[in-house]
Amino acid sequence: MTLLGQFALWVAFLVGCWCAVISFSGRWRGRPDLSRTVVRSVYVIFGVLIVATLSLWKGLISHDFNIEYVASYTSRNLPTYFIVSALWAGQKGSLLFWAQVLSLFAALAQWLTPGRYRDLMPYVAGVTSTVTAFFVSVMLFAANPFTRLAFTPQDGRGLNPQLQNVGMVIHPPMLYLGYISICIPFAFAVAALLSRRLDTGWIQAIRKWTLLSWLFLSIGITLGMWWAYVELGWGGYWAWDPVENASLLPWLTMTAFLHSVMIQEKRGMLKRWNLGLIIGSFLLSIFGTFITRSGVIASVHSFTQSNVGYFFLGFLVSVAILAFTLLYTRWGDLEPDVALESMASREAAFLFNNLIFVGIAFSVLWGTLFPILSEAVRGTKITVGPPFFNRVNIPLGLLLLALTGIGPLIAWRKTSTANLKRQFLMPVGAGLVTAAIITGAGMRDLYPIMAISLAGFVLGTLVQEFHRGTRARTRMYQESWPTAFLRLTGRNRRRYGGYVVHLGAIIYCVAFTGMAFRVDREATLRPGESVEVKSPYGHTYKLTHVGISQYDMLNRVVTAATMEVSKDGKPIGILTSEKRQHFTEPGGQGTREKSFEPSTEVGIRSGLREDLYLVFAGTVEGTEEANYRITINPLVWWVWFGGAVLVAGGLITMWPGSGPTPSLSRAAQSGYEVQLAGMGTGTGV
Amino acid sequence: MNRQTSRRGFLAAVAVTMCGPALTRLAGQQGDSLAGRGTTGTLRDPEAAGQQRDRVTALDDNLFIQAVEHRLKCQCGCNLDVFTCRTTDFTCGTSPRMHRHVMALHAAGKDAQGIVDAFVAEYGEQVLMAPKPEGFNWAGYLLPGVLILGGGGVLATVLRRRIALRLSAASAAPTTPAAPAASPDDLDRLRRALGELES
Repeated sequence: MTLLGQFALWVAFLVGCWCAVISFSGRWRGRPDLSRTVVRSVYVIFGVLIVATLSLWKGLISHDFNIEYVASYTSRNLPTYFIVSALWAGQKGSLLFWAQVLSLFAALAQWLTPGRYRDLMPYVAGVTSTVTAFFVSVMLFAANPFTRLAFTPQDGRGLNPQLQNVGMVIHPPMLYLGYISICIPFAFAVAALLSRRLDTGWIQAIRKWTLLSWLFLSIGITLGMWWAYVELGWGGYWAWDPVENASLLPWLTMTAFLHSVMIQEKRGMLKRWNLGLIIGSFLLSIFGTFITRSGVIASVHSFTQSNVGYFFLGFLVSVAILAFTLLYTRWGDLEPDVALESMASREAAFLFNNLIFVGIAFSVLWGTLFPILSEAVRGTKITVGPPFFNRVNIPLGLLLLALTGIGPLIAWRKTSTANLKRQFLMPVGAGLVTAAIITGAGMRDLYPIMAISLAGFVLGTLVQEFHRGTRARTRMYQESWPTAFLRLTGRNRRRYGGYVVHLGAIIYCVAFTGMAFRVDREATLRPGESVEVKSPYGHTYKLTHVGISQYDMLNRVVTAATMEVSKDGKPIGILTSEKRQHFTEPGGQGTREKSFEPSTEVGIRSGLREDLYLVFAGTVEGTEEANYRITINPLVWWVWFGGAVLVAGGLITMWPGSGPTPSLSRAAQSGYEVQLAGMGTGTGV
Repeated sequence: MNRQTSRRGFLAAVAVTMCGPALTRLAGQQGDSLAGRGTTGTLRDPEAAGQQRDRVTALDDNLFIQAVEHRLKCQCGCNLDVFTCRTTDFTCGTSPRMHRHVMALHAAGKDAQGIVDAFVAEYGEQVLMAPKPEGFNWAGYLLPGVLILGGGGVLATVLRRRIALRLSAASAAPTTPAAPAASPDDLDRLRRALGELES
């Protein structure tokens, strides 16, 4: 099977190169026959990469330990679903997975894009084939997943215990899907620039793709936080690690794009900016790959240091130069259709929102690269950890949260002072009431107070938006409130789905403030002994060490430490944290060999207000006397719930037929014009 | 910490105290009935439970120590602060050593900044989780904010100028024919409807 896989990779590489060359030359020479061939080649690349992927999967599942990748990431006693997910557990396999998914997206883009964008498709095929050929070339020349060993071990090394978690089965593919799908909007942007079809057509063609990409990144980032929280054992979910930052960067620029693209669609403005954002997002996705795979910046998440980083750096620089040069040559064709009419307009609010998004992206990128820069400038590799990122980004995040509430309150084109007062009254009131409640309840930390108050303000905005829209429907169509609410959301999914996303964002922000009130305790306990931990809410947990038990599982020895938990004297249950010593069987069954250092599985009792987080640190002198770390993490449950709401909002927004109701939109627009003509400049709605 | 001791445990402890190490060894072989292998309370496979740990003292669990350790980076290459590393990665030998050093400096009477300074003197500035706000490090702290403020200022200026130009051009242009007359009632109704739909 490895021969077949190798052959498939070479075919994919050669067809990809051929497709890349022919797609551009065919268009320039006016050879539509070549253009059609190019599009078909995209399907061929997809087909042969399926063969390559199935070949590697076959090797994994059949325990062909002569394949170096299979021996490095699996073992005979590894559960089947982890054997399947081992495809993306290592550097080489994940490159194949990346190329495979990219070829799938490229094929889907060709298949699903409506015929009216036919002119763009050969260029799109050219770009996607170039990127696919690049990834395949990295495999062929630097990180081949089909490399064979000079001997065949009895058993493989097994999968890193921290990757043996359901979160790691889903989280990396989701992030990859997010990264990879950005390539399709990028390909359309390049196609639009090359073909000079720079109207809003290409924007409409990629709308679903940008949403899809953003959605995958959102799911991937949230699942990554969840995995870090339940698996890594440090009690948090975001550490500003370079690899975490690398996933956040394209998410930030894509979110900026999803806002600014509305201005281009509605008003024909920001064409250059939007192209820049798409190009930037794609480059950041490649940058993330470079960070993860090069080893240039130390990270707990990165793959082993290897020379593939040079490939990605070269590709990153080349694509940046080519794409921005292309944008520069089309600069004159990208004049806005209309000019901004007022600073008090939604367009202006979106511009500032974009500024903050890009500013946060820059600050995260700056912090991520700062160790390298400081080493270059001062000769010392300065560490930039969570305190730095929090200090720089929390104020920016608060500003962004404020703009999340302000944007929907301002009308397109221009807004009168009277209208501003009417729109802001309720949300500002909600924010102030929230601030009064939380300070009255005893909260004194500035940032949490600001974050929760602003969340109250944004929530006020959202409630007002839904309330007014629903009320308008009940009056216009005599519908009941529930019917009007559902139809309002269902018939303008993009707008109200976006508001649901905003709701997810404010839940996130409030949940993040919980980390400011985290409590950590350490204790050594013998069976029967207890420790008390005071919650930030005032109640007291008492944890009593019950004992330690050891038992064998499929591929590991488990040492489980158990605590009885009571809250203010009332028993509430049992928490168990484990040490897992994984082993392989290199000499066949019964011959155990430890494969990794013992890993820790935390015990979590999750609630709406707080999580009780138990870490079994180890034993004293090999007895049942155990060391524990006990952490109380307020509001963590809301991080996962916020992520779910955010994703639900994204799904509502991208559900088919989610554009505004055409007739209603036209009616509103014409009414808008009549009002402006009749009422002068200061009274727009 | 609230420790509950069983009667049997108490008697064993008294016996151990009174009879010394010999009885301690005996208690190890024939002592209390606990889970694990036999009746000793010793685990069947202690190595499978990770590295042996020292008992946590009150000073280990001190909030002051925690706060100082959150400011210091573990030098094992993990990117975590000392407290997080030593209470998370139980295979690391560096963070427990740094922790002991922090406690020793604290016992020697140093305050938080004094302890941090001692670590910087020993390991260099890379031991800090956030760089000192001085020299080139200011670029790290201020550049994003400066760029956003500068960008916002430039954006606001350019937009304001363009809007002014547009308005002056519009006022210089020939007047457009008057819009069809609408009654105040119509306009009011329209404003309300649009306010509800397109606000």
